[in-house]
Amino acid sequence: MNYLLISLGGFIGAILRYGVGIFIKKRIHSTFPIATFLVNVLGSFLLGYMIGSRIGGNTLALLGTGFLGSFTTFSTFKLESIKLINQKQLRTFFCYLFTTYIFGILLAFIGYYIGTQF
Amino acid sequence: MIYLLVGVGGAIGSLLRYSISLMTINLLTTSFPIATLITNFLGSFILGWLTHSMIKKNNYSPQLMTALGTGLIGSFTTFSTFSVETIQLFEGGQYLLGILYILLSIMGGLLLSFIGSLMSTKRKEVNS
Repeated sequence: MNYLLISLGGFIGAILRYGVGIFIKKRIHSTFPIATFLVNVLGSFLLGYMIGSRIGGNTLALLGTGFLGSFTTFSTFKLESIKLINQKQLRTFFCYLFTTYIFGILLAFIGYYIGTQF
Repeated sequence: MIYLLVGVGGAIGSLLRYSISLMTINLLTTSFPIATLITNFLGSFILGWLTHSMIKKNNYSPQLMTALGTGLIGSFTTFSTFSVETIQLFEGGQYLLGILYILLSIMGGLLLSFIGSLMSTKRKEVNS
């Protein structure tokens, strides 16, 4: 059952991440990878909330491990960072690296805290 | 069609990530999140390698690249779990492990993505 729920969540999460990427690329032209940044910090907040509110079992498999795990990404984040170094966009590289880690962890914490309260 | 392929890639990537978390569950006796680290490192390496070797191919298919890169590898690796595991380490008072986890993730991910792209370049040079 877990496998089915996780693959369903992963299916939707990947499509949504891809959709956000297309949507933003069409509207905003920037060297800063806004789409990956947004999905990663938003996903961190939502997973923080889920863990904080002690959501478990099938719901966590579907929405946490499956959907949010797939909606957020680490490999693309790192590849984009390396690309910025290769393009000598060092200022954007450091900005991307630090804002993703700082806001990702901070928003996970805020989400977690809200989750424990409600 | 491409959305469907990305979705299928995402489903497979998520299942692989889950399988690794099950396989590593007894690997460490500490609460250090080794599964996510392994998954994220492995995925960063493969995506770096895949992206650079695909671009160089003559019969390069952007659709296949999106399905594999954005779908499968993108979903195999995860950032939300990393963030939550970090705050859980801090919440449990394991500050050193938390800082170690962040530093390993920052440096290791970049390094492996870079090595992946470098290896595809080297291999092509040898072939040609």
